[in-house]
Parts: sequence; structure tokens; C-alpha cells
Amino acid sequence: MTRITSMKPVGERAIRIGFEERISEETNRYIAALCKAIEEQVHPAVTEWVPAYASLTVYYKPETSGFDEMKSFLESCVKDVHDLEGEGGRVIGIPVLYGGEGGPDLSELASHHGMDEEEVIRLHSEGDYLVYMLGFNPGFPYLGGLSDKLHTPRRDNPRQNVPAGSVGIAGEQTGIYPLASPGGWQLIGRTPARLFDPEQPDAFLLRAGDRLRFRPVDEKEYDDLCSRVENGEQIVEVEEGEHAH
Amino acid sequence: MSFTVEKPGLLTTVQDRGRQGYQQFGLSPAGAMDEYALQMANVLVGNERNEAVLEVTMMGPVLKAEKDMVIAFAGGNLQPAIDDEEVATWKSYHVRGGSKISFGRPVNGARLYLSVRGGIEIPEVMGSRSTYLKAGLGGFEGRELRKGDRIEVGEGAGSSEVHAGRRVASEHIPSYEKEITVRAVPGPQEDYFEKEALEQFFSEVFEVSHQSDRMGYRLQGEEPLKHKNGADILSDATAFGSVQVPGDGQPIILMADRQTTGGYTKIATVIGVDLWKVAQLPPGGKIRFKKTDVHEAQRLWQEQEDILVQVASYGRS
Repeated sequence: MTRITSMKPVGERAIRIGFEERISEETNRYIAALCKAIEEQVHPAVTEWVPAYASLTVYYKPETSGFDEMKSFLESCVKDVHDLEGEGGRVIGIPVLYGGEGGPDLSELASHHGMDEEEVIRLHSEGDYLVYMLGFNPGFPYLGGLSDKLHTPRRDNPRQNVPAGSVGIAGEQTGIYPLASPGGWQLIGRTPARLFDPEQPDAFLLRAGDRLRFRPVDEKEYDDLCSRVENGEQIVEVEEGEHAH
Repeated sequence: MSFTVEKPGLLTTVQDRGRQGYQQFGLSPAGAMDEYALQMANVLVGNERNEAVLEVTMMGPVLKAEKDMVIAFAGGNLQPAIDDEEVATWKSYHVRGGSKISFGRPVNGARLYLSVRGGIEIPEVMGSRSTYLKAGLGGFEGRELRKGDRIEVGEGAGSSEVHAGRRVASEHIPSYEKEITVRAVPGPQEDYFEKEALEQFFSEVFEVSHQSDRMGYRLQGEEPLKHKNGADILSDATAFGSVQVPGDGQPIILMADRQTTGGYTKIATVIGVDLWKVAQLPPGGKIRFKKTDVHEAQRLWQEQEDILVQVASYGRS
């Protein structure tokens, strides 16, 4: 049973709904359902909200509603949350070219775990990952579900420039860089998919609650997908969940 | 109708009140650092309060007005000048085509807002004209202004001189100090700190480090703020003014270009009506936090909102 542990002000323009401080799929589903309840209620003061692992932060206009009013509104949304069963998120297939130029740390990571590269690719692409939240950079997914056989510390020397689309591992997490940026993740591959593209009507590929799978591709397919992305094509496989919108 | 950039200055970007609705996807709102001065700059030229303006940082650019237009300066006094004649801030002016707009050295504050009647005419990206530098998004080609850029301004920029010569009443002009006290609401992770650390936070004087920018202000205190059990939390959302305290115990105030989520404890949130004080504080400035609560913060917010609404209604009459 997911329980709300606190509702606290974040300054005068936001309120943070806190849950038990742990990562769980159940809490994630609950938060998604609560977001939906808030969206359906359409409160004039609410401007946006940010779901996270164990919290939901709701931003609002204090000139329209004060803290106490906002708190009662959110309490009423909580009462509206029911029937989490059957709420299926989308399943997204991300093509990845493992190793080579885009995955310079693959072989070292494999030997760190006493495996060969194929084993790492197999374990990584067999995984079923949940997008718990997005943040840090536009479109960056915080993913759960990495095999514990692949948990690897960050690099001692972060790279100055990690290209967009790089797929990496850091500690217990795996993720994809949406933008070129400095970073210390172990890079094992690269995807041609764009996680953030302001030119597209849906600027963000992923949203919290999505399930994600990595699909290994060879160099020929990778190059082909890259040129299709250049032409503005959507190359990612999206399966809508049972009751997904 | 446009400005031409003859010299870029230190950091000049196009900003409005920021991009709303995409924080859940990890996109920072960006927007003006000093929302009060931005709104006043717009009101002075008869614009809507949220119109895009130029945010000028410390050392301003040299601009040439290609046509007659009505402009205003609000915020820090970076010694604005029209055709080499220094002019006052918090005031609007009619400039003729061919006029030069330039800046001297920062007299007080760190950021000045240059508004133009009709606004800056660039396309909105995802609902806003604000520049988000880190993602190269919005504003003028997603970047700071460079020499040779031409910035188009909106319709009606020079259509009348009606809005020239307006000034903000002196009681509504803030004074920018190098030592400031800002009010902050504790939390949301105040209970991750030792009781002494909270007392220390609300009494100590912190210095603004040189590694401070539109993303955040790094502060240096005498003693690190002590956590009970470490500084890490499960990543959660941030807000404009969140005071994050990582493991080294030195606070960081998150500003307009902040990351939307973070994995460090947040001891407090600087209240909205005091954020301009931080935005206008140069490196080396001193800052002290005073404890307040959400109800007081919202009362003060409403007070400021009433002033802006009132001044804007004069502006239109």
C-alpha cells in the first residue's frame, strides 16, 4: 500500500508530496495515477508537476490559490486515485549499436566483470527497464532494472564531452545521454534515437512510467537508422500499453 | 525594425518568465533571473509583463537601434547610455534610428533588463522566448548574443512616443546591496540536518563564490553544514530558489537555469519576492538567510503582485 508521508511547501510556488523514501514500482504507479488525477481535475492555480522516485512536486500560482487551498485540493486528488490494476505504460524499443566508437568502455567493463562483450550486450539488452522519472537534462530517463551483474562504478576521470545518444552504466543505473555533455558514465553503446528534439511536436521521446528495452543493432542498421533520424523519421518502436493514452 | 549587436558584452540573452510545463521531462524553465525587474522593464514601455527582453549581465553590449523605438532599462545599474550620454535606469526612452545603446561598468546589481516596446520578435520555442543555454534552446538561436546579430523587435516599437519618459516610482525601485538578507522557507529536507546546522544556516554569513551563474549560486560558509546521515536523497524536483546542500556542506542556491531534479538535500527555499536580491548579487557578495514560513511568503508574493498589477494598469492608461 502506497502511503503519503508528507505534504510540504517548496517555497511559495510549489508543494511536495512525499512517499516512503525507497524506489519501488508500486510507488511509481501510484504517483503516475496521482498525476493523472491532478491533470483531470484541471485546477486553475496548478501550472505543472514533476514526478520523482518517492515524491511528486506540484507547482502553482500563489496569486490564484494559497498553500492551504492547494493542500486540500491535492488531498481530494489523492481520494480520486483508485484502480491501479491494468494501468499499463508504453513499451519503447531503443536500438543500440554496442561497442566500437560509441561504446569505448564496453571491453573494459566486460573484463571488470570477467565476461566477454557478448555477455554484457546480452544482459543489458535482455533487461526490462522502467522509466521512474525524467530530469537532470531534457529527456534524461532515470531507469530501474539493470541486472546486478552489470553494476559498475563510474569512471575515475569523467569525459569532457559525451556525445548525445550515448548509452552508459553508472553504479546501479543505466541511461542514455539526451544531449552532448560532460559525464562519468561507462559508455557501452550509442543509439541513433533522439530523446529530446524540440522540432518535433512531441519533443520528448520518453515519459515517466514507460518501459524500455534496448535492441542491439549492427553497424549497417545503425547507419541506416541515423539517416532516417536525419530525415525527421521516428525510428523507435512504441507499443502502447493496455490502458495507456 | 531591429537592433544590431556591435559588441556582445559579457553575457546578453533573450529572456521572458521562462518555459512552463516541461519540468517533468527534465527541461529547465530558464527565464529571467530577476523576475521583478523584467516585469517592470516591460511595464515601462507598455508591454505585457511577460514579454521577452534582453538580460544584460555585468558588462553590457553595444547595440545600434536601426529605427526609432521606445526602450526601457530596469534592474542593476550597469551605466546604460544612449549615444554616449549616461541615462537613468527604471525609466523609458525614445531612441532614434541610428542611436547607439551602450553600457559602462556595473555601479550596482549584476543584471539589467532592456525592454523594447512591442517586445523582441523571435519565434517561441515550446511556449517561451527564453534562452536555455545548456540545451542551446530558445531565445536568439539558443545562445548568447554575438557581434553582428540582428534582433528584430515587435510591431509598434516606435509607433508613438507615448511610453517614453515613464519612470518607476521611487518606492518601487529596489536598492542593490553587496550584503543581503533573504527570507527562506525551511525544507523540504530540513529534517536531514542536525539541529545545529539549521541554526547555523539561519544565522551565518555566506559568501557568493565566483562559480556562480544562471544555473546556481555556490556559497561558501565558515563551517560546513552537517547532515545527520549524509547528503544524498532519492532524486526529486527542485524549484527556483531551492538551497541544495551537497556532501561538502556548502549550499548552492538554484536559479533560473537549474536542473529540474537533483539528488541532494534541500535545506530551504528562498522566497520569490527575495530572489531578485540573489540575482543581483555579484560574486564576492555576502548573503544571510532569515527563516520565514509559506503563509508569510505568499502574503508578500501577493503584495508584490498587487504592485505590479497596479503599475501595469497605469502603464496602459
